Amino acid sequence: MKRTHRWQTALHYLILTAVALFFFLPVYYLIVGSFRPSTEVLSGLSGFVPTNLSVENYIGVFDHLSSDATGYFGQFAVVSIIVTTAVVAGSLFVNSMAAYSFARMQWRGKKVLFLLVIVLTIIPFEAVALPLYFMFSGQRDTIYIQAIPFMANAFSIFLFYTFFLDVPGEIEEAARLDGAGPFRTFFQVIVPITKPAFATVAILTFLAQWGSYLWPVLMVSDPTVRPLPLAISIFQNQQPPEWGQVLAFGTMFIVPVLAVFLIFQRWFVASISSSAVKG
Amino acid sequence: MTTQTQQIQAPTVPARRRSSAGLSGHRFAGPLFASPALLGLAIFLVAPFVLAVVLSFYRVQLNSPRPARFVGFEQYARLFTDPDLAAAFGQALLNNFSFALIVVPVQTVLALALAVLVNRKLRGMVIFRTFIFMPLVFPLALTAVIWRLIYSRGDQGLLNAILGLFSGGTLSSHDWLGDPATALGSIIVMSIWQSVSFQMIIVLAALQSVPTELYEAASLDRASKWAQFINVTVPGIRNTLIFVALITTIFSFRLFDQVYLLSRSGSVDRGSTETVMTQIINTGFDNNNVGQAAAMTVIFMLIITVIAIIQRAAARQRGGV
Repeated sequence: MKRTHRWQTALHYLILTAVALFFFLPVYYLIVGSFRPSTEVLSGLSGFVPTNLSVENYIGVFDHLSSDATGYFGQFAVVSIIVTTAVVAGSLFVNSMAAYSFARMQWRGKKVLFLLVIVLTIIPFEAVALPLYFMFSGQRDTIYIQAIPFMANAFSIFLFYTFFLDVPGEIEEAARLDGAGPFRTFFQVIVPITKPAFATVAILTFLAQWGSYLWPVLMVSDPTVRPLPLAISIFQNQQPPEWGQVLAFGTMFIVPVLAVFLIFQRWFVASISSSAVKG
Repeated sequence: MTTQTQQIQAPTVPARRRSSAGLSGHRFAGPLFASPALLGLAIFLVAPFVLAVVLSFYRVQLNSPRPARFVGFEQYARLFTDPDLAAAFGQALLNNFSFALIVVPVQTVLALALAVLVNRKLRGMVIFRTFIFMPLVFPLALTAVIWRLIYSRGDQGLLNAILGLFSGGTLSSHDWLGDPATALGSIIVMSIWQSVSFQMIIVLAALQSVPTELYEAASLDRASKWAQFINVTVPGIRNTLIFVALITTIFSFRLFDQVYLLSRSGSVDRGSTETVMTQIINTGFDNNNVGQAAAMTVIFMLIITVIAIIQRAAARQRGGV
């Protein structure tokens, strides 16, 4: 009995290791490749071996992005940070309020509108990108047109809604007896006790927005308002491709996010667990 | 101001009535709370969708001095009868369906398997979980770059090199993305790598909510681990599995970024990987045929809606969601 148990555990570790490698090797390849000469990135298995390490590619990225024509790395990063922050903040604000209204308040027309919101979760952004471009082509090359369309989000409303449904009614009751109106009840009572919901939506919105590609491709040509993801394709389209620089750029793109994610990982997983995403 | 008056009003309403009628003392609070988000959705999702429907009846070009011309259902008719267009559109639809048909079952089962795998309390599990979560933070633009390198043709490509090593050089190197036979499969593996951990988290959450007493009862009945899994675990998380299958279906029809980026760099076989989404963008922007792209959008939305309705109906019939 004891022996089979130990054997099972060993097998479990073996499978875990194989799975972890599948998920981790591309990440490793990215980071190691970013420190190796471009000519050796694509060289079979030796692409994995950390030899000839240097920061040459990183210097190359900054050299390459060093004129007003190409734009500057710092500039792209600032644009990405501003747009992403605006979208995350706006999204938390408007979607949580809408979800609270749908989950906890009674008003006429609510049911029909909520059903409509649920239906909207299946419309992919790509499907409306073209008419949206048509509507807003006069606003090209601005920061706000990159952010505003993504604040209201049907799926985020749905996520918040499932969290708010679980809030015990006595809490609102108590707030009301203390004389709090709907705004105070929401911001001072509900928001603090549903932090995991806000964390979940913040992380998901952040990840989606930080990597957003299609809309900026359509709306941005001016390098001063260009977000980071667009610059990946600049490097990719070089002839001959400087793979080392592509990977260095990719590493700078991903490592800050990865760091934040690793720090908040437990929190994130816990918050998803406590949500009603369970269906 | 409003909060002030509301504060004064609130206590005058009898407590009993308030609890049953919610915030009835504030008749406009509900719509007021919902309006910013609803306004955003109306302007940036509903309006452009309605515009797509309208545009689909016109022949219209972007930045063109020529006025739009009403052509009725011509754009729709051409999608199915114009030999060049119909073939490409049919192929794109077929690609979407094949992708969904493979990805939905595979990814749902994989998410379940991974969740079971990391659900056991073992030393070092946090580290294993962390590795599995990592791809979640990868934007698709970067995922496409890295996997393009992994799939590179010739001995230089990572996948070819690994296969060569394990087969002792007997497997010749393959052009994974360029060969129509393997292009879609390669994109499927890449997509699963990038997104299965999200589904895994959802399933993991459900696994942990299955009451432990059920397992205790099952092991008293001397049920094997496998029998416990089939009779306790799977029924216990049925609704979650349906939910995961549903969102995976919808996401697999939205397939866009990966294919678009790879086809931009010319490294992927277009015919076997083009999706309806990439075709819409190519038709609308590269070929500047807005009306045609709009007609594709409308048909595509109809298909997604029908699939979502069928899935929900099927799930409900078996007593779920």
